[in-house]
Amino acid sequence: MQLDETPVLTVRDLTVRYGEGCSGCGQGMEKNRCPVCGSVWAANDVSLDVFPGEVLGIVGESGSGKTTLMRSLYFDIAPTSGSAFLRGYRDGQKNIWDASPAERRTMKNNIMGMVYQNPVMGLRMDYSAASNIAEKIIAAGSRNAGEMTARATELLEAVEIPVSRMSEMPKSFSGGMQQRVQISKALANNPALLLLDEVTTGLDLSVQAKVLDLIRRIKVKYGVSILLVSHDLAVIRMLADRTIVMLDGKIVESGLTDQILEDPQHAYTQQLVHSLI
Amino acid sequence: MEILRIQNLTKNFYLHNPGLKITSCRDINLTLNEGEFIGIVGLSGAGKSTILKCVNRSYLPGQGDILYDSEAFGAINLSTATEREILYLRCHEIGYVSQFLNVMPRTTAKEHVMNAVLDMGADRDSADADAREILAYFRLPENLWDIYPATFSGGERLRLNLAHAMVKKPRLLMLDEPTASLDNTTKILVRDILRSLKDKGASMIGIFHDIEFMEGVCDKVFNISEGAIIS
Repeated sequence: MQLDETPVLTVRDLTVRYGEGCSGCGQGMEKNRCPVCGSVWAANDVSLDVFPGEVLGIVGESGSGKTTLMRSLYFDIAPTSGSAFLRGYRDGQKNIWDASPAERRTMKNNIMGMVYQNPVMGLRMDYSAASNIAEKIIAAGSRNAGEMTARATELLEAVEIPVSRMSEMPKSFSGGMQQRVQISKALANNPALLLLDEVTTGLDLSVQAKVLDLIRRIKVKYGVSILLVSHDLAVIRMLADRTIVMLDGKIVESGLTDQILEDPQHAYTQQLVHSLI
Repeated sequence: MEILRIQNLTKNFYLHNPGLKITSCRDINLTLNEGEFIGIVGLSGAGKSTILKCVNRSYLPGQGDILYDSEAFGAINLSTATEREILYLRCHEIGYVSQFLNVMPRTTAKEHVMNAVLDMGADRDSADADAREILAYFRLPENLWDIYPATFSGGERLRLNLAHAMVKKPRLLMLDEPTASLDNTTKILVRDILRSLKDKGASMIGIFHDIEFMEGVCDKVFNISEGAIIS
């Protein structure tokens, strides 16, 4: 038997540099900063694949490039160089960063869903929860109000937001509820790929458990592939099938999640795992 | 017929800080036939768990081959199989049971077992039916099925772990010290369960501190000392 090895997402040699760069960049770097020109290499030659139905975890300390990678993929940041291919966009044959603005919007509305660490970035706080979902559905081309209401109801129920509160604005919700509305909005158009950036950070333990459980159920129910960024190894251990470790903008290690946690190879990963409380 | 052959397996750990190389097991050779139950004994730190974790790929095998007769892939070397292949095998063919519980927060015992079936692509109704059947088989009291297992006793946790692994009907089951820290009554229950699994044709490798307890259940016993098989 051959596994379906066509990735949902392929990233090759992604580099995001802040600053002009110079011929000295890359030599004697202070972490990810060039001491000569001061350029910061937020992501440096990052390559990865996300396969159908899997959760790929990304761990690393603050400033390691995790969020830069996610925002590049969601077109919030323009990469300096590199390529990325989505199976749902031009059969994975065209670099998504060469796409037109209209094509990018289509990808963001139909193929990818993004959940930011800060719900303010992913939600319109002064629209109702249902309208937030409807906005995403409208952006994908639908105009059927009945279908939109039905879909919003289904998704909010799935993330355990009481239907009685679907017409309320997220600004009146708790942080955990806002995060769950954001997840339901990201799922509005059945994306093949969900980008989750530190979605449990800052939530109290019981709400965190609810969000973790929700992500797991979503993966099973919708068969969605997930790129999961977290600095919390417990979250990664619970959810990720495979894990990538980033340091100073680079991938320093990758492997099966339990192997990364039980038999880490790189010095930084060993330090990270041994810091686990 | 062979289901697993470990050839010249050696595993070293390199610790960057303080710059140490530790050899956990060396030159391990063993063969498991279909329907057979192998016991591995030895002192703590002898390298017993390392062997199983290399087969499960929780540890990266160093040197040597781990040849497994897979239903899906045919003959496959677990030392060099891709991560995707290993994930598939863990989901469908290879089970690993330890004394420790690894359950999602706020997940009941039954849901934990159901998740294993859902991961294989089954629908909720059949996952529910399979979970009920296997929990009853492993004699986990029904009043515990809808409870979060964090408060379970050692014996209850083990039975839940066995149910989670066995509900997938794995071709190969690895047991990492399943009787550790259990009282005698529960050990007898576990032994009876393992014997009945063996009678059903399961191929198993188990690590035991007190192998005399498993006499009559294991077909072969390997004694490990300082990382090597000595008998």
